[in-house]
Amino acid sequence: MKELVVVSGKGGTGKTSLTAAFSSLAGRHILCDADVDAADLHLLLKPEVRQRTDFYGGGKAIIDTERCSRCGLCLELCRYGAIDGNFAVDATACEGCGVCVDLCPVAAIDFPTQKCGEWYISDTRMGPMVHARLGIAEENSGKLVSRIRQEATKLAEEQKVELIITDGPPGIGCPVIAAIGGATALMLIAEPTVSGLHDMSRLADLARHFRVPCFLCVNKFDLNPEMTGRLEEEGRQRLMQVVGRIPFDPVFTEAMIAGLTVIEYRKDSVVAVAVREIWETIIGLPAMNKQGLRML
Amino acid sequence: MIISVASGKGGTGKTTISTNLAISLGDSCTLLDCDVEEPNAHLFLRPHIDRSETVKTFVPVVDESRCTFCRKCAAICRFRAITVVGSKVLVFPNLCHSCAGCRVVCPEKAITEGSRELGVLEWGVGAGVSLIQGRIRIGEAMAPPLIRKVRASANTGKTVIIDAPPGTSCPVITAMRGADFILLVTEPTPFGLHDLQLAVGAVRILGIPCGLVINRADMGDDRVREYAGAEQLPILMEIPFDRKIAEAYSRGMTIVEEMPEWKDRFREMFRQITKVALEKEAGRSAQ
Repeated sequence: MKELVVVSGKGGTGKTSLTAAFSSLAGRHILCDADVDAADLHLLLKPEVRQRTDFYGGGKAIIDTERCSRCGLCLELCRYGAIDGNFAVDATACEGCGVCVDLCPVAAIDFPTQKCGEWYISDTRMGPMVHARLGIAEENSGKLVSRIRQEATKLAEEQKVELIITDGPPGIGCPVIAAIGGATALMLIAEPTVSGLHDMSRLADLARHFRVPCFLCVNKFDLNPEMTGRLEEEGRQRLMQVVGRIPFDPVFTEAMIAGLTVIEYRKDSVVAVAVREIWETIIGLPAMNKQGLRML
Repeated sequence: MIISVASGKGGTGKTTISTNLAISLGDSCTLLDCDVEEPNAHLFLRPHIDRSETVKTFVPVVDESRCTFCRKCAAICRFRAITVVGSKVLVFPNLCHSCAGCRVVCPEKAITEGSRELGVLEWGVGAGVSLIQGRIRIGEAMAPPLIRKVRASANTGKTVIIDAPPGTSCPVITAMRGADFILLVTEPTPFGLHDLQLAVGAVRILGIPCGLVINRADMGDDRVREYAGAEQLPILMEIPFDRKIAEAYSRGMTIVEEMPEWKDRFREMFRQITKVALEKEAGRSAQ
């Protein structure tokens, strides 16, 4: 089984539009939306939810003012500044370490685990999709990402599907680390700007840190062809395979408004043709076809 | 006055807005780049970095000669960052959230303060703006403690503009908490609207007044404006898609450098923000 994860470092470069377009082109596959923090793939795929499961994060401290003796030990212990002078806990600041809970001399602090999101297995016109919704202002996005990737793998095994296409989150922190570990390869979509170059380089370093092969394509390449050249050069130096260029074209936005992938919306557009070529290049690459550990 | 520039969706123009606003206000403000995973403001301000500091966080170091393997450290750790196997204590520094509970509960004082590098903090001045930025170490998962460090480094006497990371989870909350105003940058597309709704949800949990900037305002549909109307969110600025702006951005140029007449529009936006934030403050003290 193979898993291709679409990532970008910088946000808004076209991850979700590209993931959806790949989905239109791939044979049997499972889709996974690992951008649990601001998931958008469902807006194009309109999944019909078949199975819904609650996701629980860790506990959060709640001080019972009736039992509290106002000794102030919790204030002293909390390294996150989550407890104020009135012994109220700011849930968005509480890290869930439970130190105050365990050490409160009068056991006045409760630590309920809370539902902090949901994950779903759904049907879409492209096939099954595993996706999730993290509650607003919640932590544990990395845990939820790991969970839905495991579920996507399980589903692929059950249905004997050989490919998972995953829409990754932006950045290089916790959810991204959770989204790329153990993936077959990453598809990095970058834009030819100073920010695009900077962010791509950091993500490429992260991919190397975790030893995941990484392909590069430049979106909106004609906005700055010189910068596109620099991105590709930088990519090659970081041992990335350069797999194509996509021109700037409002057709991506138009397709999004129509709720379609760019392939469905206008399959003969320059953008659709470029994406198809990129897809065909990727599926032929050795990195996507070597025997993974899971297959041995 | 602290203004946090956030968005939900990535790539809508947070850095564009925060750098242009900061340049328009000049040396009366400090810009904090709190998108520590991918800090970009420096690419537009091109500051001379005159100070930098490595930021570390607590991780336990166990002195096994004092340890009695009582397992109290493992029992208190909710993150499974420390565990006892027979007569061996294993520490997993990457899982540690630095609560220091293990050190507090250890009856033998066998746990001392070690450290893990979170990233670096840098200070500089560029385009007339003082910039403080955080840059997370490659492979480090936890952004919030570094973001807290960036925030704590700001001179409180000045106007502070925060360039926040995308999303709606803990890093963004850390970059928004305690701000006087949240400026949400969006684009009029289905993805832009969807993520804006999530961001507004986060802002409402924090109870901070907010307003919108609509970027690439003519590329999409009207649903963001309809939503703003229904939710009574003021639209403080609209920036049309302009290939000239996009190309200038790609080279690291700001709007106000390319078109200086925009400075007044950014200053006007700042005046409106100040007004809204003050009204909210007055409303609060009246209650």
